[in-house]
Amino acid sequence: MTKAPVTGDVTESAGGPGAEPRPAPAPLPPASPTATAFLGSDDVIRTRGLTKRFRGGQLAVDGLDLAVPRGSVFGFLGPNGSGKTTTIRMLMGLIAPTSGVATVLGEPMPQSVATVLPRVGALIEGPALYGFLSGRDNLIRFDAADPTADPRTRPQRVDTALERVGLSAAARKKARAYSLGMKQRLGLASALLQPRELLVLDEPTNGLDPQGMREIRALIREVAAEGTTVFLSSHLLDEIEQVCTHAAVMSRGRLVVQGTVAELAARAQGRLVVRTPDVARAVEVLAAHRVTALVPGEDRVDGEFGERDDEALPELCAALVAAGVRVHGFGLERGTLEDAFVALTGEGFDVAG
Amino acid sequence: MSRAEAAGGTGTAGRTEAVPAVGRRPRTTAGFLALFGNELHLTFRRMRTKVLLGILAVLPVLIGVVVKLNTDGPHEGGGGPSFIAQTTQNGLFLVFTALAVALPVFLPMTVGVVAGDAVAGEAATGTLRYLLVAPAGRTRLLAAKFTAGLVFCLAATAAVAVAALATGAALFPLGEVTLISGDTIGLADALLRAVLVAGVVAASLAGLVAIGLFVSTLTGSGIAAMAATVGLVITVQILDAFPQLDAIRPFLFTHYWLSFSDLLREPMYWDGVLKDLGLQAAYVAVFGSAAWSRFTSRDISA
Ligand SMILES: Nc1ncnc2c1ncn2[C@@H]1O[C@H](COP(=O)(O)OP(=O)(O)OP(=O)(O)O)[C@@H](O)[C@H]1O
Ligand SMILES: [Mg+2]
Repeated sequence: MTKAPVTGDVTESAGGPGAEPRPAPAPLPPASPTATAFLGSDDVIRTRGLTKRFRGGQLAVDGLDLAVPRGSVFGFLGPNGSGKTTTIRMLMGLIAPTSGVATVLGEPMPQSVATVLPRVGALIEGPALYGFLSGRDNLIRFDAADPTADPRTRPQRVDTALERVGLSAAARKKARAYSLGMKQRLGLASALLQPRELLVLDEPTNGLDPQGMREIRALIREVAAEGTTVFLSSHLLDEIEQVCTHAAVMSRGRLVVQGTVAELAARAQGRLVVRTPDVARAVEVLAAHRVTALVPGEDRVDGEFGERDDEALPELCAALVAAGVRVHGFGLERGTLEDAFVALTGEGFDVAG
Repeated sequence: MSRAEAAGGTGTAGRTEAVPAVGRRPRTTAGFLALFGNELHLTFRRMRTKVLLGILAVLPVLIGVVVKLNTDGPHEGGGGPSFIAQTTQNGLFLVFTALAVALPVFLPMTVGVVAGDAVAGEAATGTLRYLLVAPAGRTRLLAAKFTAGLVFCLAATAAVAVAALATGAALFPLGEVTLISGDTIGLADALLRAVLVAGVVAASLAGLVAIGLFVSTLTGSGIAAMAATVGLVITVQILDAFPQLDAIRPFLFTHYWLSFSDLLREPMYWDGVLKDLGLQAAYVAVFGSAAWSRFTSRDISA
């Protein structure tokens, strides 16, 4: 598996009705350049042609080829219903793929759940707890479920995990009395009961307040710094931009693109932004200088500047000033992941059917 | 770009403080058994379990009081179970009376609730997926649920028996026990028989635990599984009452339930009890395998 099929996906899978994306500026480098054999790579997660069709015919995941490099913080991005959770369920051996193969930590799933999953911490589609047990007893139960967990170190590991997610004070409270954010934290704590090689987090900041989100993101960075690969699903683009090194974008069950976040963001062309009270005049001048896709706003105009030489920008600014436009601000704004996403899927961030 | 570069260094950098080793840990026997212990803990920590056991414990008290009131009143006798008449002479017989009353309805209902909810309840709340990614192992989890179900059968039977013994001792005289066969045995001997009978009654419910677990793997709703299991118990007992169904009646799991009374003869008559235990073993084998094959192949998408 090299990069080629993935780049192919960019044009292929986004090619839904009216969804033709711009051609990719440059093919993304392979996620793992040396990997030739499917099983022989150092990717922590690898899937080939992974497909899930639910009873009832719903095609939730369609021919997914995913490669998550070891040590990455991998953002798994996609709108509601795009198949993120379904993919994670297949990776964790909870549901069987209709076709295709998946390996986690180099071993095939779901066949190797017993040897793979003790090394994986997971939060899948929100936390699920025993309401009649305290937060601490919930963790004890989940830890007892792991046959490789040492009962002698259990209380200590549970306390450490609670402390890491900031729940020590509420540890003895019944879980049914937890707020959504506290439940989310307890779910994270159960993923952190052991040192893990891989952390799979399905929308971990769901339901958290801004402070909680920051804390969880800091925690993710901390865990990643310890060497744990983090696979993070989200539909929050800025979350992915903030914490991830790599990302893949799902749309209607198909992989649209994957690569490093920097590369993905670079695909979105920067836009020229002019801040001025003289919007109408500025639009005229910009149009005369071949700036396309102009969007006039309140005290600002932005447009596509395209690829030009270094002199073009100052010249354009001088032209604006010469035309009597009061330029308050002028510059190129870097593309965001959101721009890249829209460019790749040719659609907004809407729920697919 | 800095992010991409950070990805290159595969986490060898980072915090300098000692981080516990990442990697494969061996499975240990203690670790394997931890889930069984925890499952028991979970079962008996539930308010629902405590309420069910409480109801079972109240039942013998009610029976004892009713018998006492009836015998004190003018009209003695009546057409009740043969044990009831004995109870007035010896409080120990309340144990057998209570078990005979509880076995057809109350005991299987509580067992149906516990076994029926075992897997389905966890699927409904979503905790099942976290147990499975722990990874509990589907076979191990099912075995833990089955074990906890059997222990609940013992606890439920014990709740009836102990409450009956206490009530019987309080309301009626205790002493030598006259058996169904007419022989008389000492109190210590009779107590041993009571323990034996309670054990047989608990074991009689094993088949139902397996059936309940199987039903529990079929659905994602705990309530539905409990209702189906309890409904099945009632249906089977109604079927068992039809002489026209003679051909299948010996294969119904409730058919030999009351054969425990044969242990109150001298010598004990084991035929029915052994048939009962054999039938329970067959049900455990059949429905246990069905539950296993269903649970190990099922998509957990709740
Ligand atoms: N058990 C199921 N049976 C049938 N269809 C399902 C089932 N689970 C999910 N689906 C369908 O599969 C598709 C993908 O769902 P999935 O939960 O994987 O999306 P998602 O990307 O996780 O969305 P979200 O961001 O909302 O969590 C959806 O169209 C959903 O309706
Ligand atoms: Mg989801």
